[in-house]
Amino acid sequence: MQRALSGLVVLMLIAAAGYLGLSAFQQTNTLTLYSGRGESMVKPMIERFEEKTGINIDVRYGETAQLAVLLQEEGKQTPADLFWGQDAGAMGALAKGDQLQPLPESLYGDLPAIYKSNTGEWVAVTGRARTFVYSPERVSEDEKPESVFDLTGETYEGRVGWAPTNGSFQSFVTAMRHRHGDERTLQWLEAMDANGAKRFRNNSSQVEGVANGEIDFGLVNNYYLPRYKTNDPDFPAEQAFFAPDDIGNLVNVAGIGLIRNAENEEEAIEFIRFLLSPEAQSYFTQSVHEYPVRSDVERNENLQSFESLLDVAPEINLDELEDLEGTLDLLREADLI
Amino acid sequence: MVKRPPLHIMGPSLLVVAAMLVPLVYLVLRAFQADPATVLELVFRERNFWLLVNTLALTASVLVLTTLIALPLAWILTRTRIAHKRLLTVLGVVPLAVPGYVMAYALLGLGGHYGVTAQLFGWQLPRIDGYTGAVLGLSLYTFPYLFLNLRSALLGLDANLEESARGMGYSEFAIFRRIVLTQLTPSLMAGWLVIGLYTLGDFGVVALMRYEVFSYAIFNQYSGAFDRIYAAWLSLMLLAIALALVMSESLILRRRRLASVGRGVDRHPRPHELGRWRIPAYVFLGVVFTVSIGLPVMILAYWLLMAPPDPQFFLEVPVAFARSAGAAMPAAVLAAAMALPIAYYSTRYPSPLASMVERSAYIGYSIPPLTLALALVFFALQTATFLYQTLALLILGWTLATVALALGPIRSTLMQMRPSFEEAAHSLGHSPRSTFVHVVFPHLRKSLFASLALVFLFCMKELPITFLLAPTGYTTLAVTVFSRTSEGMMAEAAPFAAAIILFSGLSVALILNREGDRA
Repeated sequence: MQRALSGLVVLMLIAAAGYLGLSAFQQTNTLTLYSGRGESMVKPMIERFEEKTGINIDVRYGETAQLAVLLQEEGKQTPADLFWGQDAGAMGALAKGDQLQPLPESLYGDLPAIYKSNTGEWVAVTGRARTFVYSPERVSEDEKPESVFDLTGETYEGRVGWAPTNGSFQSFVTAMRHRHGDERTLQWLEAMDANGAKRFRNNSSQVEGVANGEIDFGLVNNYYLPRYKTNDPDFPAEQAFFAPDDIGNLVNVAGIGLIRNAENEEEAIEFIRFLLSPEAQSYFTQSVHEYPVRSDVERNENLQSFESLLDVAPEINLDELEDLEGTLDLLREADLI
Repeated sequence: MVKRPPLHIMGPSLLVVAAMLVPLVYLVLRAFQADPATVLELVFRERNFWLLVNTLALTASVLVLTTLIALPLAWILTRTRIAHKRLLTVLGVVPLAVPGYVMAYALLGLGGHYGVTAQLFGWQLPRIDGYTGAVLGLSLYTFPYLFLNLRSALLGLDANLEESARGMGYSEFAIFRRIVLTQLTPSLMAGWLVIGLYTLGDFGVVALMRYEVFSYAIFNQYSGAFDRIYAAWLSLMLLAIALALVMSESLILRRRRLASVGRGVDRHPRPHELGRWRIPAYVFLGVVFTVSIGLPVMILAYWLLMAPPDPQFFLEVPVAFARSAGAAMPAAVLAAAMALPIAYYSTRYPSPLASMVERSAYIGYSIPPLTLALALVFFALQTATFLYQTLALLILGWTLATVALALGPIRSTLMQMRPSFEEAAHSLGHSPRSTFVHVVFPHLRKSLFASLALVFLFCMKELPITFLLAPTGYTTLAVTVFSRTSEGMMAEAAPFAAAIILFSGLSVALILNREGDRA
């Protein structure tokens, strides 16, 4: 009995420690942020903001899609003030579901055209370009593809990786549908599959697949390889853009939006403004290896320059990326998901 | 004679059933919002059939492999004179603490020409992925479910049966096959069931291994379409398959009488000398532990060496651990407390209603965790807003998901206990309650600890339910690991993943240590 009691006491102490850890966060003047971006990349900027303004931020981390579904389930009862999502598609879905409210134009008026959302209900925080990663050992210079449409050719049979279930890939397909139409997109999907493109779960597993010799090319976002290279400069993979304006170079964004009926509207807008400031933008490009949304930020040596990004990126209205339903239908028709 | 269960068994059991109905009602509500034509197109398409075939093939193989690992392991660690039993037992449970994606990364990282072995030793192993990778990955950290179930059954087994058989001249092998194995059926079934249901719903390992199964379809619906309605249909489909599995288990177990008869007290069998089997036994243990614990530890060490952690990490880990354990412990106690009346009800007062009650306990475990969490969000916001985003709701979510885990060891022990014990207590004037407290409960001690360990470890690495139900800002160890690996920051994730395995291992050691005390 005594042992059981002492066990119970230990248990309560552990629980109490947990509560204390939590209550450190719960103070007045607190913003609630749902973040589809990982803690490791978001936290330093949140701490910096708290330091500067004295406003506290409570963060709920999760996957972008899970949090978007959660916001729908919560509806008007959500405690969230802000939603920070991994891609334009998720932001668009929330805007369409009437979950977000318009932002002041001063926040997004000056952004380059590739970063614009016409609804004004969310704003791009960082840019992430689609690109291809390849093996410098097994890919010769003249084998580098000009267009993502080249990858269905004989040269690439069984050598390419892609991630049909992955959100960034699906956004890219949505963009392709807008640029080239459903029919051509479906043809491409089916031809890729017929050409033996290997299916991966996500971007980083493709980067590893290239290093491991499983594939020679992978269709990925631009910031994964630099993260591997930072830890291991000899990591045996490189990446490049397709020819300028090819849809394979789509620039997608991580965006942030203000929840409708947010309790702390003013503080929330202050936070968005901070994320777009040179200080935060410089952090995102230096440490997270994403593209800034403004040009006056020091360049990350592992990334192509901001100007060259504007050069190669196809111009796509980010609001169009919201139509994921149609993309899923197409992927299903091609038996890819 | 039909006995009616007393209220203190019936009441809590029905309460559990009611709780399990919450996610079910939610699913049906959502499913009815759908447009029938789209449902037909989405749910009844040919590809789903092939995905289901893949799912079943995977499940069957995982069951075979986990049995080949867990059965010999449990037997060696309960029935032989092997040294360091307690330590080895803890090692046999620790793999449960390894998050699925860490195990998958460990296997994937092993082979290939930039794999760990290629970089460290210069030889290249074939890459382990696809079907083989998925079977290996899942088996290597789910086998402890079966091991713990079998172990508590073997410990509870009455030696009299075996010794009578020996006296009648049966060979050791015949005794094992005809008596031990028969007696182990309920615990085998219980272990198979939790592993099978886990495999049905797993997405983490299969996705990394690039083996496409049915859970793909559900995952796509949520993450690609941000959709709750058609995902509900797919979840219902998965639930139907899961319940079919549950039903087939109870069909097999029906009308089996396992309790020992005759006089006397339970005796523990004499442990076998290993003799010439000593070396094979140690080789077996060595291989099992090297692969199931050594591999993930190696990959974590490798990640750590790539980029040593920031010293601040050592401050963060204890806080994150306290949060994980602070919710996992109450959930474990609650799940065991819920499983107890259900197991007692279904083994002592068998009836169609009793078996329905028991099966309903598997709903929470079989539903995709994301769906379960959404259901609780819905429920809390509709009826009990004050509960929303509190620790209590997270604990409730974890409990609903794990009652089925806690059920196995408890039920197996109850099936082995002879009811005549309890009947004797009755006739001596003990009330049902006092019989339960003084006669039944002491026997259940070991299986209760096994249940606690199972649930605790599940919660320590749980993700989807935590993401949705935890209080905002309540970042557990598992969430920390995941948010780093998913961004490709393996080195930053490694110390936290190591902390999950280490601390969970220590906790299990503590739990199993208590079990050793005399009842």
